[in-house]
Amino acid sequence: MGDIGTFLAMGGYAGFVWSAFGIAFAVLGGLALFSWRRYRASTVTVERLQQELGRRR
Amino acid sequence: MINWLANPARFMRLSAKAVPWCGWTTAVVLAVGLFWSLVLAPPDYQQGDTVRIMYVHVPAAWMALSIYLFVAAASAVALVWRHPLAEVAARAAAPIGAAFTFVCLATGSLWGRPMWGAWWVWDARLTSVLVLFFLYLGYIALASAFDDPARGGRAGAVLALVGVVNLPIIKFSVDWWNTLHQPASVMRIGGPRIALSMLAPLLMMAVGFSLLFVVLLLLRMRTSLNERRAMALRLNADAAPAWRAGRERVISAQISVP
Repeated sequence: MGDIGTFLAMGGYAGFVWSAFGIAFAVLGGLALFSWRRYRASTVTVERLQQELGRRR
Repeated sequence: MINWLANPARFMRLSAKAVPWCGWTTAVVLAVGLFWSLVLAPPDYQQGDTVRIMYVHVPAAWMALSIYLFVAAASAVALVWRHPLAEVAARAAAPIGAAFTFVCLATGSLWGRPMWGAWWVWDARLTSVLVLFFLYLGYIALASAFDDPARGGRAGAVLALVGVVNLPIIKFSVDWWNTLHQPASVMRIGGPRIALSMLAPLLMMAVGFSLLFVVLLLLRMRTSLNERRAMALRLNADAAPAWRAGRERVISAQISVP
């Protein structure tokens, strides 16, 4: 328990170190999540349109 | 090679295979890199544990510069050779570069406060990186500011090329001016001046960030090609009945003439 406490305390700089890693994770992870969701949505749209066009012909 | 890859259909086929592989490799490399930099790497004898901020700050800065170079090179190819994928690539890469630049600025600020005693100083390195961030935002805004995407792409490409002048300013700002920011300690003539126990996790994170860029770039390019395909399909769906109706009218008119 003490070990984890020392680790989390980051030698007294916990606020700075964890904020830095947190911001990096939030920004890059957020961009990745946003890009992935938009990609899935675009794939679904293309498949739906292709099916609709196929049915009409 | 470039001409061979210029075919969007071939790009879609190849990238569909590459994305899952790159994605999982990125996750593994970043997990190892994070464990290495947060747990295994030693604290600095002067900076203590704040030195760990380096493991995101420095690779993010490298990415910010190299992605800008990528956007500018892709823009040049799009302007000169009208390569169909080059503009798609430049547009897809710019927001990723902006995100890395933001991470670089924010983590630098969080490192500067305990070590320099200031969140921000207007020295040459910090200011030129802030300009880089605004160049990214300017490119993104300009490239999507026109109703005609082709015109937006050309305007953005010109801005991206003009902005390249900022890259050597960023790189050499720490040598040309007296800055609070320290000079290069890894990419310098005479080799890195940093202990291996810190250099190894740093390079691991750099590899992880580069892989993340590749995955996000491929994903965003695929999205953009999908969206273009959807637009073409919609136009096709709307136009087909009208075109058929028009043709029938013409044919019936021709029949009724004599």
